[in-house]
Amino acid sequence: MMQEHSTERLVRAAHIAEFSARHRLRWLEALPWVAAIAAYFVFPNYLALGAQILATILFVLSLDLVLGYAGIVTLGHAAFFGVGAYTAGMLAANGWGEPVSGLLVGGVAAAAVGLVSGAIVLRTSGLTLLMQTLVVAAMLYELANKAHRFTGGADGLQGMEMWPIFGTFRFDMFGNTAYFYCLVVLFLCWAAARNVVHSSFGRSLTGIRENVGRMHAIGAPVARRKLLIYTFSAALAGIAGGLIAQTTQFVGLGVLNLERSGMALIMLIIGGVGQLYGAFIGVPLYMIAQDRFAEVDPAYWYFWIGLSLVFIVVFLRGGVFGVVERLFGRGKSP
Amino acid sequence: MVLYLISVGLSVTMGLMGFVNLAHGAFAMIGGYLMTSLMSRYNVPFVLALTAAVVVVILISLILERLLYRRLYGGDELDQVLMTMGLIFISIASVTYIWGPITQPMQPPPALSGQIDLGFRTFPTYRTFLIVCGAVLVTLLWLTLERTRFGAQVRAAVDNLRMAQTIGINTSRLFATTFALGSGLAALGGALGAEILPITTFYAMDNLIYFLIVVAIGGLGSIRGPFFAALLIGVSDTAFKYVAPELGAFFIYALTMAILLWFPRGIFGRT
Amino acid sequence: MSETGKGLATVDLCKSFGALSVANSINFNLDAGARHALIGPNGAGKTSFVNLVTGVLRPTSGRLMLDGQDITALPQAQRVKRGLVRTFQITALFRRLCVLENVALAIAERQGVGGDFLRPAGRHRAVIEEAYDVLEMLDLARDALRPITELAYGRQRMVEIAVSLALKPSVLLLDEPAAGVPPSESIMIVEAIERLPADIAVLFIEHDMELVFRVAQRITVLVQGSVLVEGKPADIAADPRVRQVYLGERKH
Repeated sequence: MMQEHSTERLVRAAHIAEFSARHRLRWLEALPWVAAIAAYFVFPNYLALGAQILATILFVLSLDLVLGYAGIVTLGHAAFFGVGAYTAGMLAANGWGEPVSGLLVGGVAAAAVGLVSGAIVLRTSGLTLLMQTLVVAAMLYELANKAHRFTGGADGLQGMEMWPIFGTFRFDMFGNTAYFYCLVVLFLCWAAARNVVHSSFGRSLTGIRENVGRMHAIGAPVARRKLLIYTFSAALAGIAGGLIAQTTQFVGLGVLNLERSGMALIMLIIGGVGQLYGAFIGVPLYMIAQDRFAEVDPAYWYFWIGLSLVFIVVFLRGGVFGVVERLFGRGKSP
Repeated sequence: MVLYLISVGLSVTMGLMGFVNLAHGAFAMIGGYLMTSLMSRYNVPFVLALTAAVVVVILISLILERLLYRRLYGGDELDQVLMTMGLIFISIASVTYIWGPITQPMQPPPALSGQIDLGFRTFPTYRTFLIVCGAVLVTLLWLTLERTRFGAQVRAAVDNLRMAQTIGINTSRLFATTFALGSGLAALGGALGAEILPITTFYAMDNLIYFLIVVAIGGLGSIRGPFFAALLIGVSDTAFKYVAPELGAFFIYALTMAILLWFPRGIFGRT
Repeated sequence: MSETGKGLATVDLCKSFGALSVANSINFNLDAGARHALIGPNGAGKTSFVNLVTGVLRPTSGRLMLDGQDITALPQAQRVKRGLVRTFQITALFRRLCVLENVALAIAERQGVGGDFLRPAGRHRAVIEEAYDVLEMLDLARDALRPITELAYGRQRMVEIAVSLALKPSVLLLDEPAAGVPPSESIMIVEAIERLPADIAVLFIEHDMELVFRVAQRITVLVQGSVLVEGKPADIAADPRVRQVYLGERKH
């Protein structure tokens, strides 16, 4: 009897210890960062592309938070990316070229748009929600298009002048500074996102995705949780947009269009949804392939991206990350 | 009216079958390409070219339905969105490869070009023709889906798939037929409307939001809905652009949002 | 019981969808500590009643009282916070999450830490310990780290009860707790219900008459949205009207 009791306690302790350790860092998580630093030395001629990739990873990561964790299917995430890009861009074009504060203001502006639009669109679900997100982005697109005086309209916003970061690191023409600037910002945002995902709040989002009815039944304020993650995600997307604006010193209407929202979705799907790492795999794969092939023949590129998309959805669930994980047979709980 | 012709097909697939089919515009685009090239390159007469375009698109859609779409029936929206988006890309690449990147010219047949005198004002004959086509189609579709056995079966199958199967409806064939119907309508709309919505390689992508708006406002699974929605969008778009041209399409989007908040299932949506 | 006492009471509760009335002026009392069964033929409005009480549906008219307070207008989440908890007829769990987390999520909400986005969930030690206590109480501890999908259906139903218990209910509504469970496993569920803390008021909907008569102290029979009769199990079993509409139906 005594014996049995003590084994029970041991099992309990072991179970609880294993459960509590799930948020700990795994060594594999260092891989993207090692790769990013290695890429700097291996491909010194591609740093401009590299910086774009890093910023896009952040954008796709922000999409993963709403789609992969809270299960909100959106076709309008470019709205927040665009707001961030235009905000940071317009600040720099109008005499305030300080990068870090510009980025923060971009993030805040995007978060504000996320909060307001989220409060409206998240009341709906399914197809209606899809439409609402699409329409929000379309509205902003039209606004940017028509507000020619402030945004440059279809010609794009030009004349941005960036000051050195912290007054010391000047943006150089080879993209050294831009690359590390993007890398550091991405790292900070990733750390924040990772923390959120593993927090009680983050787990409750997973609960919402898995079974909304049950979340209601255990007394969770579902609407408020969704709005909060939507806003947080919008902020990250805005920062990503700001990064692109500051490093390329140009903002065009393309930051707000349906294609950008769609591409982000595609890159996320390629990498795998709801893993926080899908973006790190999908974005480089996609953007490097695009850089190689799209130059040769854009139509060719569209064909293959379309085909692989159909293939992934119909035959390969969970993206590259999911397949790799299945190959190694690790039954991780999501 | 073109919007209606295309959107009503989408309302059939998306509304009746509950499938988020973003590639719908691609079917319209292919219909448009087929007809314009048949007419301009091979001098096929208008009616024949139109029929051929619709038939070919229906065949394509049947193949795609069997190969791809049916795997995702009742699956989650995200998968449907992604797969159909993939189809859009494939269609863009394919038409660029076959027809090249240039916009396809569309010349209405002589009988339908020119102006028609309505007494109080003149009106392009072709547009009048389109309006008549649309009206006829509304009536026909409405009669088919509301009054025939086929329509009843489709609605039953969507409401309760398993029940429909138990009472002996061949749902697999039913869905294939419905899907083909939707795509055929798209092709018809794309082909007929080629004069007004020019056929370009990015047709499916650029016009997507309009199709979706019309369907969403009109209400899923409704035949009359998209008709009135297309009308509403057309009229208010013109009106707003007249009143406040500097805001462009902004109002349409705002209007769409407001309507969707008020009627999440569209104005004529089934509850 | 009076309307002001502990427990749950409905006053003239009505709900109709167009011409279809699923609740027809239901007056129902559930005292603290009660073991009360709600039975009736299919389509009698039993699950609709649970949905009305928990706030999934809004009543057309009538009032709902919990511990003497009017909760008719409260949203679902608020009712849960006041101790009104349900289980689902069709298992509603986070299927890909492990058993421990299913319970831990509920406890996190009850303790008000569900919205904490700074601290990792694994560091909320009090939540995890309490979740594990609930699992031990229902003999689910050995499956703590397995995802729901790997459990036998009977065990899944047990997790359903565990999640509800984790919310520390004062009123617990069990919607067909043994539905779909093979007979070999249903005894486990009966025992679990019998072991529920005595101070909880339990209302359960059930078709398994063996379970009903073994556990219930009182039985209410619902037919077409109206209360046909309410009483002690022995009286219900002997009531000719009940035999006719319900027990009789089961025989053929």
